Amino acid sequence: MNSDRWESTGDGPSRRAPDRCGAGTVLVVGTRKGTWVFSSDESRRAWSAAGPSFLGHICQHVMLDPRDRRTLLCASSTGHLGPTVFRSTDLGATWNEASKPPAFASGDQHARSLRSVFWLSPGHVDEPRVWYAGGSPQGLFRSNDDGDTWEPVSGWNDHPMWDTWAEWPDEGTPDGSMLHSVNIDPRDASHLYIGLSGGGVFESTDGGTDWKPLNAGSVATFLPDPEPEFGHDPHCVRLHPHRPDRLYQQNHCGIYRMERQEGRWIRIGDNMPADVGDIGFPVELHPRDPDTVWVFPMDGTDVWPRTSPDGRPAAYVTRDAGSTWTRCDDGLPARAWFTVKRQAMTVDAQDPVGVYFGTTSGELWGSADEGASWFSIARHLPEIYSVEFADPIDRES
Amino acid sequence: MKVRIPTPLRSYTDQRAVVDANGSTIDAVLGDLERQFPGIRFRMIDEQDRLRKHMKVFVNDEAVRDLTTAVSEVDEVTIMQALSGGGGATPAFQA
Repeated sequence: MNSDRWESTGDGPSRRAPDRCGAGTVLVVGTRKGTWVFSSDESRRAWSAAGPSFLGHICQHVMLDPRDRRTLLCASSTGHLGPTVFRSTDLGATWNEASKPPAFASGDQHARSLRSVFWLSPGHVDEPRVWYAGGSPQGLFRSNDDGDTWEPVSGWNDHPMWDTWAEWPDEGTPDGSMLHSVNIDPRDASHLYIGLSGGGVFESTDGGTDWKPLNAGSVATFLPDPEPEFGHDPHCVRLHPHRPDRLYQQNHCGIYRMERQEGRWIRIGDNMPADVGDIGFPVELHPRDPDTVWVFPMDGTDVWPRTSPDGRPAAYVTRDAGSTWTRCDDGLPARAWFTVKRQAMTVDAQDPVGVYFGTTSGELWGSADEGASWFSIARHLPEIYSVEFADPIDRES
Repeated sequence: MKVRIPTPLRSYTDQRAVVDANGSTIDAVLGDLERQFPGIRFRMIDEQDRLRKHMKVFVNDEAVRDLTTAVSEVDEVTIMQALSGGGGATPAFQA
């Protein structure tokens, strides 16, 4: 791979991360035209880039396994070619293709063909080689061998309600529907949540054999019945690892929180400034504090420009589980017209937490102080689809 | 027979533009390609054994989509991809 050095602009915080010694942050970035790996020094203000890998390939989602800290997967759906998954164990220096990529079953009852591997999620810590993949159309796939071979999750893909839940074959969204946000309960590997755009949030308590909608309280204003059982459009759903009964979602129709025992989504986006609204794609959780969450609002009015409201980019953070929100725009351009997609925002594990996002205009931004101030990490990349924090074992000192 | 490989698939053929493959049908030829170059078939043919939307297969000068089409050793098979791009039609996955 090519290597370049990228220097961020402006002054940054000097506070050293106390919980990681001798290491900065690593970000793996998937774009419309390849993947990059960005690595920082301890200050998180000087960054080096390695890449691109897969130049010209659509790299929808790139993710390092936080369990072995070595297995890196890239979901690719390149141009004319069928979708696949590439694997690396040296942080992208070399790659091998999955020997059996995700695919629907041959002879599938709906004659489905996977167009794209849209989402990758490492499995439960007690299932160290398991990964899940979400697709477009909205299939769910599982690997038991670090992403080398994949099988359809029949309990979902062949569920009697699948075609109804997944709006098949109409696929309501212009670009085709996708399954995303595969969340696994850290207490129970068989307890899964998924998000469907469109379709809603669904839950399984038996390892994916059966599923039920989990949408009470969230709205779908684009449907005749604004509070249906399913048919919603969650853009991104996150479960907090330290409080796994708490879920957050950035929905097409607002920002929500659920305490699972209550079973009802509460629209915490109602507490956002009215002139900004609570529409967006990503929602990112503080790695230790279940009350702290970042979002990146976008314009969901008129024909849905999906750019920042009034062209003024800002993240918003809540530190009280959504009761109040604070604007975070110091260092960001005063006016800009990009979109931050649902996989294109991430946080690192340091203290203070680093927050990062990539834009459709190919800019990578970072904050080493939990969003209080931002700096440019890279510009002129292809359209960014995903930005994920990685903690590779090879960087241990 | 000779099979011509388009550039996006040459990562599977060690960058060879023309490879040899055997088979009495297109499906068999593609199966032989998969045996020689694992992974190449699924990039062209979906899990329901359909030629992917923007892929084309020619037997000599004739485009075929039926994988049961018979071929012989004297035929030349050309795999191509439809030209596209520039129109912004690539799925952007917004929803």
